[in-house]
Amino acid sequence: MRRMRQLLLLLLIGTAGYFGWMYRPVSPHPWSEADLDTLRSLWFESLPAPPEDLSNAVADDGRAALMGNRLFFDTRMSANGEVSCASCHDPDLEFTDGRHKGRGIGESKRNTRSVVASAYSPWLYWDGRRDSLWSQALSPLEDPNEHGSNRMHIVRFVTTEPTYKSMYAALFGPAPDFADSNRYPSAAAPGNNEELARAWRQMSQQDRQSVNRVFANIGKAIAAYERTLLPERSRFDDYVRAVIDDDRQRQQAVFSNDEVLGLQLFIGAARCTECHNGPLLTNDEFHNTAVLAFPGDLPDRGRIDGVREVIENEFNCLGEYSDDPQHRCPELTFVRTDPELVGAIRTPSLRNLARTGPFMHKGQIDSLAGVLEHYNRAPDAMIGHNEAKPLGLSRPQLRRLEAFLETLAAPSSR
Amino acid sequence: MASWRRCLFVAAMMMVVVASADESNSWLSRSGHFRVSYESDLQPIVINRMHSWVLIVADGDGVPVTGATLSIAGGMPAHDHGLPTSPQVTRELGPGRYLLEGLRFHMNGEWQIEIAIEAGELRDVAVIPLQL
Ligand code: HEC
Ligand code: HEC
Ligand SMILES: [Cu+2]
Repeated sequence: MRRMRQLLLLLLIGTAGYFGWMYRPVSPHPWSEADLDTLRSLWFESLPAPPEDLSNAVADDGRAALMGNRLFFDTRMSANGEVSCASCHDPDLEFTDGRHKGRGIGESKRNTRSVVASAYSPWLYWDGRRDSLWSQALSPLEDPNEHGSNRMHIVRFVTTEPTYKSMYAALFGPAPDFADSNRYPSAAAPGNNEELARAWRQMSQQDRQSVNRVFANIGKAIAAYERTLLPERSRFDDYVRAVIDDDRQRQQAVFSNDEVLGLQLFIGAARCTECHNGPLLTNDEFHNTAVLAFPGDLPDRGRIDGVREVIENEFNCLGEYSDDPQHRCPELTFVRTDPELVGAIRTPSLRNLARTGPFMHKGQIDSLAGVLEHYNRAPDAMIGHNEAKPLGLSRPQLRRLEAFLETLAAPSSR
Repeated sequence: MASWRRCLFVAAMMMVVVASADESNSWLSRSGHFRVSYESDLQPIVINRMHSWVLIVADGDGVPVTGATLSIAGGMPAHDHGLPTSPQVTRELGPGRYLLEGLRFHMNGEWQIEIAIEAGELRDVAVIPLQL
């Protein structure tokens, strides 16, 4: 009987000790000075206002943002009258669509990126094939899988629909009259659609330019709206404030042990901040991280093709539709084009991923756990070479990293 | 009033210290033909910001090298990748002072900027290390 009681006691002490160790409180302030610098660099409060866009004269004009807001949700610019930008960029899903790939008239080639905070990046799209929000906005309108429309139809619609007509005139001056069907066919656009391209070629150079100018202005209004879609503070940002204030009680109230340890991994051993750095947790640069091709797709060539496309794009920063007479375009002027860019994809922001899955450029990975699994293994790339090295983290470490990523969610929904 | 003057004095001293630190940061090219230093228009240099440098090129005797052709390469040796942009020397601002535009670094860590210099008969490469 006594032996039994002793054994029980021993077991009790052992169990208590075990749990005590498992759930030991981490020191609320495990950060070095260098860590503190890193935390501050990732902090929401370090985020400046979006950089100005000199190529868009109405970028920060409230009237343009109003017009852009309307256009963003307007299905009348699509071929079937059913698709708007918001069909794929749903405000309830942080301006994404919850699908592997976008779906409009047909299926987009890639996963839908969020529009939130896109004003901060010098490059748009996973492969950076556009260099401004306004030039980006023109591309879904003519993509046969997205709005499936053409610029002739779009400019005619916007310059005749009464509300848009007056909004347009107030911003850009009266629009040209596109009524003369001899000069302006019902549908025309350059590109791969032979019928549209033929109609486009038959127009005079001057008429094509005036269509392009109105088309570009429509993009500039949409861009003005998109510039207002800004990220929000997360629990992580509260934690950083508590660390900076050296408020230990608050630190423990805001972050669990696992989240602290996850953050430690994120800025340390897991090397995530090599690419996911700055207050948006992205460097907006192009990296090959060897995400497997989408089933049935060829491996994505990524930036190596995107850079060619942006250099040739008629609406780029150096082109005639930019509003900056001096054409100050350091990003495009000094852009790199070398073979290191094969299979390189633009780093996405890690803020607020709660409702933006599936992840990666073709939605190849459905969960954050799956993403971390991928980084932990760091497979060889199908094309180019993987910049990331295998991490060799344990299960609990991966769980902590995931717990940390979840703290980047913005608490409020839009 | 006195404290105001002291402030000014300290600030002036700090400027002297910063300026002289800049002077002493110069690098001899591999075969010793040139000495290179730089001034960045972004201070301190931080990641993800486009900016420019002035490269100052002198010969072994410290005489400014004019009319040189400079081309830029580099990257992060530990990560085995190059520069995220393609920076270029766009003009010579004054004797031996070259404007280098289009610099942006996208990661913290150790960088190397390699400057290939061609002046008259001489060709050489100078490597500037940069810790971010
Ligand atoms: C059919 C779905 C669909 C429609 C409609 C659509 N998009 Fe997208 N959007 C996508 C996909 C898919 C991507 C990513 C494609 C890629 O990177 O190759 C994307 C990317 C973007 C991006 C880039 C974000 C970034 O950070 O790179 C912006 C901005 C954007 N869309 C705005 C718009 C606007 C404005 C419209 C309406 C004019 C629109 N989209 C219509 C699917 C769609
Ligand atoms: C070498 C640069 C690099 C490193 C290091 C890196 N990432 Fe990424 N990350 C990327 C790129 C590029 C993508 C997009 C890849 C693609 O779509 O093919 C990405 C995508 C992601 C995504 C998907 C987000 C989305 O919206 O689809 C998550 C989550 C993520 N990374 C988390 C991490 C974490 C956590 C770490 C550290 C373990 C890490 N990354 C390390 C560059 C990097
Ligand atoms: Cu690197």
